[in-house]
Amino acid sequence: MSEADKQFNIHDYLREYLFPHFLCPGCGHGIALRALLWAIDELDIDKDRLAFVSGIGCSGRLGAYIDANTFHVTHGRPLAFATGLKLARPDLEVIVITGDGDCLAIGGNHLIHACRRNLNITCMMLNNEVYGMTGGQVSPTTSDDRFTTTTPYGNHEPVFDACALAEAAGAGLVGREITLQTPSLKDVLKQGLAHPGFSFIEVMSDCTEVFGRKNDLGSSAEMVLTQKASVRPDFLENAVDQPFRPHQIKTGILASNDRPEYAESYRNHIDAMKRDHGHA
Amino acid sequence: MPDSAPSETVSLQGNHACALGALAAGCRFFAGYPITPSSEIAERMSVELPRVDGVFIQMEDEIASMGAILGASMGGMKAMTATSGPGFSLKQENLGYAAGAEIPCVIANVMRGGPSTGLPTRPAQADVMQARWGTHGDHPIVVITPDSVPEIYMQTIRAFNLSEQLRVPVVMLYDEALGHLIEQVRVSDGGDIEIANRKWAADPGPEFSPYAAGEDLIPEMVRPGDGFRTHTTGLTHAENGFPTQDPDVVEQYMHRILDKLEIHKGLIESYETIDTNDADYLVVAFGITARAARRAIKQAHEQGIRVGMFRPITLWPFPVEAFESIIDGKRGVLVAEMNAGQLITEIERYRPAECRIEGLNRIDGETITPRQILNRIQELADRE
Repeated sequence: MSEADKQFNIHDYLREYLFPHFLCPGCGHGIALRALLWAIDELDIDKDRLAFVSGIGCSGRLGAYIDANTFHVTHGRPLAFATGLKLARPDLEVIVITGDGDCLAIGGNHLIHACRRNLNITCMMLNNEVYGMTGGQVSPTTSDDRFTTTTPYGNHEPVFDACALAEAAGAGLVGREITLQTPSLKDVLKQGLAHPGFSFIEVMSDCTEVFGRKNDLGSSAEMVLTQKASVRPDFLENAVDQPFRPHQIKTGILASNDRPEYAESYRNHIDAMKRDHGHA
Repeated sequence: MPDSAPSETVSLQGNHACALGALAAGCRFFAGYPITPSSEIAERMSVELPRVDGVFIQMEDEIASMGAILGASMGGMKAMTATSGPGFSLKQENLGYAAGAEIPCVIANVMRGGPSTGLPTRPAQADVMQARWGTHGDHPIVVITPDSVPEIYMQTIRAFNLSEQLRVPVVMLYDEALGHLIEQVRVSDGGDIEIANRKWAADPGPEFSPYAAGEDLIPEMVRPGDGFRTHTTGLTHAENGFPTQDPDVVEQYMHRILDKLEIHKGLIESYETIDTNDADYLVVAFGITARAARRAIKQAHEQGIRVGMFRPITLWPFPVEAFESIIDGKRGVLVAEMNAGQLITEIERYRPAECRIEGLNRIDGETITPRQILNRIQELADRE
């Protein structure tokens, strides 16, 4: 355990007067929230400057529990709201908490354009492969053959690789981690927060109560261990055991670039316009 | 327009007047998406906002534009977007969020023919009901419908004032013909117009509740970074900002957001009357149609027909008391509108006994002419 971990006290960041929280037993979202607050703590960001924007779904409810400026907006639209907020208030540290349905289905258009613009926002997408809040329907990340309440004969749709999508669309930094590796998740989120452009972090969460139960995936502990067995951390990229790790869900920092940050580039253009045209 | 520019009279297109009115009101954030016949508002804003250190952004779609202005507004900037029929439909979801979470914002809807893609370059007045009831659930909204380019300018300023004071979305509703009409407008230097701002909360004490309101029913707004650290949600919320399903608290919240417009209706309502006092008949018209009605009424007077006009400038909430006092004693009312009969359903609610109410409707993508209105006024008078 590091020094930082000893000092980090999650209770400093929570609105505990709202407890009991509404997450199901075994849900991975709470661990992801812990990792995010831990990363914020290590970066020593002032709570008054923190703005969390979340959409609809289980992920969308996390914001309310954080002692900061929190905005729970419409389904799929947190990145659109966050874009306006960040442009109006560059002094705020704007963090979007979203889910696989919120971000990749109804909000997919906003995600690719947020990546393209590269505005300094950190987007944490909690992927639990399912619409949990509405009772367990299929999502764009539901694995092959999984049962959900709207795939009663098994899922036949291909899945989105959210990180590949974000990288292709130009996100400044792209990362992925599982909740079981909480310190690594914290580090990935920390790099996302520190990155000057748009950061997209996918957290492989787990939905034990709805998704796990429907697919006989066992307890939460069993689900995260299965997850761990199927991932391939970035530091093992060139390891010789590749044949024994067939699933190849890559974790760690998967991509980064130094494309111009949107707000800075906007200001530079305006300054150049004022110089060239004599507008004071 | 730089803040230091002197007042001057200039020729302006309706859509440009909307943009300049917004700037004069203090709007410093615009997010939009191209759509005919409103795009000139976005284009003018893209020129002007950077000059006054504001932000212009063209978003990926109509939904995102609406979302972005709400984010900017919660960040503390006066913000607006502009669109037309199909785009206005797409904005309804976040417009409901603005109504429920009480986020100030202005939306210009430059009406074109519908349904669907309809007649993008032709005028219509068929969004009377979409403007009022486009988003789901009971909700407060203010809709302003000007009838000239100078009025677009002045009423856009008033739209911001009302939105900021009442924490309610305000829609500027006018048709394509007005949007592209060019008239003389006296553009203010800022000294002669009234600008209203939102109330900011000052003390982030432990007892602070972001949605607690005094007698005016308007909660003070919270600026992120000022130490309040509050929660904003589209879920039905208690005074502390957090979601609730407690029936008593839900009812209290619903009544407050609806009643706030009722108790401030003196501030909101505006209308114009012409010769209504001794008239036997009344024409009700708004926007571009009211201009045709003015001429028709003059011609009817020359024929000895006693007819007046009622023109709602605030379309919603409809100026009920003013209208009821005017319609009292009238023998017939003609409601002229470029749709299949939308405003007439509201007018019929206030029909006195013995009063005939008829609609004059045009749904072919053309404006209603003075001759059409005059003919119908003559028919009303001839029936007696």
